Amino acid sequence: MSTTLEPPGTPAPPAAATGIKGASVRRGDRVFVGLSRGAGILILVTMAAIAVFLIWKAIPSLQANTANFFTTTDWTPDAQPAYFGIAALVFGTVMTAIIAMLLAVPVGIGIALFIAHYASKRLASTLGFVTDLLAAVPSIIFGMWGIQFLTPQLQGFMQWLTTYFGWIPIFSNDLGIYTRSIMIAGIVLAIMVLPTISAITREVFVQTPRAHIEAALALGATRWEMVRMSIFPFARPGMISASMLGLGRALGETIAVALLLSATYDINWHITEPGGITFAANIALKWNEAGNIGLSALIASGLVLFVITLAVNMAARLIIARRSEFSGAN
Amino acid sequence: MSTLSQHEHDESESLLHEALAGGHLPRWSPAAVAVASIAVAFLLNVLTPVDGVAGTAVVAAVLFLVGQTGWSFVVEGRRHAVDRLATTGVYATFVIAVVPLVAVLGTVIVKGLSVISQEFLTTSMRFTTPRSEGGGLYHALIGTLEQVGIAALFGIPLGILAAIYLVEYAPSMRTRRLAHSISFFVDVMTGVPSVVVGLFVYTAFVLTLGLERSGFAASIALTILMLPVVVRSTEEMLRIVPRDLREASYALGIPKWRTILRIVLPTAMSGIITGAMLAVARVAGETAPLLLTTFISQSINTNPFKGPQAALPTFIWDQFTSGTDASVDRAWGGALVLIVLVMVLYASAKLVSRFTGVKKI
Repeated sequence: MSTTLEPPGTPAPPAAATGIKGASVRRGDRVFVGLSRGAGILILVTMAAIAVFLIWKAIPSLQANTANFFTTTDWTPDAQPAYFGIAALVFGTVMTAIIAMLLAVPVGIGIALFIAHYASKRLASTLGFVTDLLAAVPSIIFGMWGIQFLTPQLQGFMQWLTTYFGWIPIFSNDLGIYTRSIMIAGIVLAIMVLPTISAITREVFVQTPRAHIEAALALGATRWEMVRMSIFPFARPGMISASMLGLGRALGETIAVALLLSATYDINWHITEPGGITFAANIALKWNEAGNIGLSALIASGLVLFVITLAVNMAARLIIARRSEFSGAN
Repeated sequence: MSTLSQHEHDESESLLHEALAGGHLPRWSPAAVAVASIAVAFLLNVLTPVDGVAGTAVVAAVLFLVGQTGWSFVVEGRRHAVDRLATTGVYATFVIAVVPLVAVLGTVIVKGLSVISQEFLTTSMRFTTPRSEGGGLYHALIGTLEQVGIAALFGIPLGILAAIYLVEYAPSMRTRRLAHSISFFVDVMTGVPSVVVGLFVYTAFVLTLGLERSGFAASIALTILMLPVVVRSTEEMLRIVPRDLREASYALGIPKWRTILRIVLPTAMSGIITGAMLAVARVAGETAPLLLTTFISQSINTNPFKGPQAALPTFIWDQFTSGTDASVDRAWGGALVLIVLVMVLYASAKLVSRFTGVKKI
């Protein structure tokens, strides 16, 4: 990459070019470099500014808070005195994300496998288009669909789950009501993160060296054994980071969850019962009714969400970056 | 020795044949098992408490899995049985991907079409209460077009410039570390939740700089959300522009910046346009940042800099959470319009890339 012909105007321009109009060449380039580097730096500045402003504006509520910010489940920041904490938010966010991941990761990997190595070209491109379309559906529509279409459809399944698996604490349901639950939010989230997971995994699967695949098949492996022997070991970092990127989306998803959950600030392990709230949904639902401390408290919770998603995303990117640097495929 | 070895030879040959060719299920076996399991599931549906389309389908699927795996296990052995099981599983994910998409699009189209009318598209909600029928989303359509338009106006050029820096300039400069961290944070930025971006715009531009909650504030949030997507797609497009083109241009003594403007960008243009349109489509449906940075309006406001301004996503949110029959219907109408808008952007982006892709040399 670095062994290219140097263009005129940069460090050592050919004599002819400098002789005629070297100065103007340099000026044009300098302006253009400045502009484009400025745009790049703007991205770094934005990321830094997000952190700085959220911290700055979160401080007032954290100072006014009379409860433990991390272990309290209540959310009454505008009361006198302010009393709020993120425990319920953490619980709801993590539970919905776990359910979404449990459902979406195997299916997403299956779709990627199907597109990359099982389907005919035609079918594969159709399915690729389908998952892309799924990614293009706005999240508010998933929320409405989840309430008005999916929830009624899942009633029977939820009851069945409680009847036969109610002895597992999380599936027991004392209320007999199966709507607006963490379970349903998790299922909708799973559908929403499916395209993210399958798209990235597919890219990695396709990169599996042809020789690895053919070697496995030549040794008499069945197709599934080939997948386990050559594709999965090669693609494992990609699969992990695709799942983590999906996790990042599930953690930060707002509007669909805000529509699907009935904001209650408690930790309820019965995931098919109504209740639960997530960081993002809480911000959207409480925003317009919040007072000064209330807004600041929501910003504080947004800061926590930002830090969590940032950590997840950075870890995912580092895993993928490390792989692409050391694998022989690129 | 000869008779014995002949015998051994035969035996080993038959073993080898067994190992290589083995028992094999006939080609029609999956279809046969499928038909059989559907038939049995249907019988169970009629005769036993298994009921409903979904229940029958699940029973049929389980029967198929058990039947095929079992048959294969007996005839072909464990390895092939596992292989068939895995193949079925992989094919099943295909169905799992298609079902929600069909269900979502079907619901939106069925519920939305009953609401769409000329009145719905050309009036605002100014004289319509949540409970009464009528009204429309004209005001929201204007708001969305303006907000997304402004976001595109900022986001696309900035994104393209940043990508030019990463691809064209950074590799030949000594600031590799800067380029590396920009590239890394572009990736990380795609993962920042939209609601956090909304919070940021509110704290920085509304609380600190004194901008009012307006369509323009929403545009800033959408710009930030769009930026990393544009950078990434443009970067990919610039990377596939053949190096020969650049070098031919340099050889003619054309400076780098003009090479980029006249040679590189035009070559990659269709891909860049595709990426930009996808980015626009992605942010057009964003709701959370708009809820935080605008006030929802029921009437037409063509000025994005002043006063409350509606947009399609917030219109849908407002109508849906009002909760009356009439307003929920309007929300579905809005959902159909929004999804059509997004899909048209999406489909035309795909068309642009299909018909005018970068020509590989």
